[in-house]
Amino acid sequence: MSVITDQVTRPAPQVLTRSVSTPRETKRWIDWVTTTDHKKIGIMYLVTTFVFFILGGVEALLMRVQLSEPSNTLLSGERYNELLTLHGTTMIFLFVVPVMAGFGNYFVPLMIGARDMAFPRLNALSYWLLLAGGIVFYATLFWHPPEAGWWSYPPLSSIEYSPSGGQDAWIFLIHLTGISSLLGAINFYATIVNMRAPGMSWGRLPLFIWSILIYAILLIIALPVVAAAVTMLLTDRHFGTHWFDPTAHGSPILWQHLFWFFGHPEVYIMVLPGFGIISEIIPVFSRKPIFGYKAMAASIAVIAFLATLVWAHHMFASPLPIVVLGFFMLSSFLIGVPTGVKIFNWIATLWRGSLVMTTALYYAIGMIAIFVVGGITGIFLAVFPVDWQLNDTYFVVAHFHYTIFGGAVFPVLAAIYYWFPKMTGRLLNERLGKISFWVTFIGFNATFFVQHALGLSGMPRRIYTYQPGLGWSTYNLISTIGAFILGSGIILTVINVAMNYKRGPLAGPDPWKGNTLEWFVPSPPPVNNFDVIPRVRSVEPMRDIRRQVERTTGVTQKTGGSERFARV
Amino acid sequence: MSAVLATSAVSLVLAPSAFANFITPKSGGSPNANQIHSLYMIILYIAAVVFVLVEGALVYSVYRFRAKKNPVAAQIHGNTQLEIGWTLGAAVILVILTVVTFVKLGSIINPPNSGAAFLESSLSQPTPPNGKEIVICVQGRQYIWRYVYGSACRNNPFAAKLPYSFQEMVVPEGETVVLSITSVDVIHSWWVPSLGGKVDAVPGYTTYTWFQAKGPALYHGQCAQLCGRQHAFMTALVDVVSPSQYQTWLTQQQQKIQTANSQVTQLRSYLTKTGNL
Repeated sequence: MSVITDQVTRPAPQVLTRSVSTPRETKRWIDWVTTTDHKKIGIMYLVTTFVFFILGGVEALLMRVQLSEPSNTLLSGERYNELLTLHGTTMIFLFVVPVMAGFGNYFVPLMIGARDMAFPRLNALSYWLLLAGGIVFYATLFWHPPEAGWWSYPPLSSIEYSPSGGQDAWIFLIHLTGISSLLGAINFYATIVNMRAPGMSWGRLPLFIWSILIYAILLIIALPVVAAAVTMLLTDRHFGTHWFDPTAHGSPILWQHLFWFFGHPEVYIMVLPGFGIISEIIPVFSRKPIFGYKAMAASIAVIAFLATLVWAHHMFASPLPIVVLGFFMLSSFLIGVPTGVKIFNWIATLWRGSLVMTTALYYAIGMIAIFVVGGITGIFLAVFPVDWQLNDTYFVVAHFHYTIFGGAVFPVLAAIYYWFPKMTGRLLNERLGKISFWVTFIGFNATFFVQHALGLSGMPRRIYTYQPGLGWSTYNLISTIGAFILGSGIILTVINVAMNYKRGPLAGPDPWKGNTLEWFVPSPPPVNNFDVIPRVRSVEPMRDIRRQVERTTGVTQKTGGSERFARV
Repeated sequence: MSAVLATSAVSLVLAPSAFANFITPKSGGSPNANQIHSLYMIILYIAAVVFVLVEGALVYSVYRFRAKKNPVAAQIHGNTQLEIGWTLGAAVILVILTVVTFVKLGSIINPPNSGAAFLESSLSQPTPPNGKEIVICVQGRQYIWRYVYGSACRNNPFAAKLPYSFQEMVVPEGETVVLSITSVDVIHSWWVPSLGGKVDAVPGYTTYTWFQAKGPALYHGQCAQLCGRQHAFMTALVDVVSPSQYQTWLTQQQQKIQTANSQVTQLRSYLTKTGNL
């Protein structure tokens, strides 16, 4: 690769703002189906996962309506169990994990200065396997959806208690999306390790790339375990084995260990890329470098390591010796330290910054505000005697929505507002965006904050109805109203995207004065991404380039967007 | 957050009784539940301080450092001392919580002494120091709890002589009751919030918990682990009565079961005789 050493002829961002189009040879839909371009695959990932997000949201709203008043008869126990299984499985396997792969696909090559992923065809295969998994799973709507929950604890998920094929479709979904994620993870790993721009040493890797790298490693560690577990469940169901069958010396606890050995890393698989997104957005809009870059990168790695050592804190009420409970309490405590470091460093990055209050920054700050609550309630749950009161109640439901909706979905929304101009060349409407933030934020807290109180008042999770007079009715009603407010907030973002992807104001290559290389190329980027790949000299290469251009031309770099929001 | 407070305030006016357990777990029925409650309160106080400090710093920095008020950002890359400081700070809080938890643990998992002389002694775990306890076997099944009274239930919960009941458990007040928990089908979870934490009922395993109930009272609980379509209706009631009432109830229950059994036997022989069975 030839490195351009002449500083003066280095292309300035404006110079590259030109439309790049090649004459179309095939029909548009064939283009999409046969593409191996990481950007198109990324967009297909994002659109597909958002469709599943909406489906999962509708399932959640149906459950909330059912619970809005005591002794409601809208849904039967069977329907409710189907909905809770669909909701949990969809949100985890078909939304949060793959949506991160979507952003990763689009932005990893751009941010590290590569022209595509390492294995473009494998990349396409990952996407199509994901879609296949989603179709297999949702096809059960026409027969019998699974109803054993997303943990599918045997014996409830065994052939005796879940005879329908829905449970097998669930197993198939885990396999298909598992292979999809595994291939994607290997692809991310190979891309990040081998295809970085000249000068981008490990100490200059953007934090989003760090988070995707660790996300990929965690997927590679965790997915084979759940693949084995669901295969064992499948052979138990159909081929006469007794891995989890207590009547033939099998153990249901074995499933719990295998499932949560995957299941807890899965939590960090979901939130680490979210952390990465927040770590990109906050420095850009604070106009300030990230506080403690090394600690931020190291804490991602430490969280990932500890994530493989905490699985049994999901099993504190299961038959385990006290000493085991003690170990998993301590390991769960430990994970609080690097997580705390990340939160403190984000706030320290905002501190003494010059905050440009864009919608993306609103969502990023909202993420911190919410995730802090989820982190604190996590400490309550890690103390195993306290967990005996809280486990399997709405307190846990509140906790993991604060961590996953806060730690992953808010960053996804922030990322949509941040990267939409890059992906489409158009800006989203900031006023509508800020309204959507407040509606989403208020709706989220109204939905989930009272669920702590529900759990503390003794309401277990996964019950489809409850009697009046238990002190749960008011909280449930508030939660249901909140859920509809939250849903409206998400709809506002969808409307914003629909309105502006063709007609929004032009963004230009670098509307936010970004720090990373994706802002160096036109919006949307051309198929080959980079005509020249710039040499990277810091963790904020785009900032260096902007300064360089300003120095050589003497003109302050105009941007397409951020001047609208602040006198910069 | 303001919206949450507002909606909370509204519901506070509408339903004051609903706020009994807004930020604390249920307790008051048994010493172990009370000890969990006090451990929870310690964590809650520390958590409240952390919450206020962190959210306060966040809100302040967003308020104070907007571009309008602070047009030039300070180019700070980090501060090693500060970072080591808050890493250690977080660790120290967790060390404190660990110590507090293990100090409290004994009073949560070990039952206190039980007084009444009529109780039978046994070797099950957990056991109060003087060995006097009441043993009740709890059997989970889709979708009802079955209770078998008497320590012999641990050998065979279907033993013919033992009194049993469904859904509603009757226990004497102030005595240590040890529960031996099993399941005959899928995983269930025994939980009566006021009487302590939950314990899973796993087929193939026997789990234990205990309580020493304050009475007279009726405590409500329900299965806490998804066990099938009617999971929501797998409720449990614990009726705490005086020891003498308990003895009376046991005898009555025994008689009722015997009467019902003999009626069934009569009916069965009648049906067999008439060729209907």
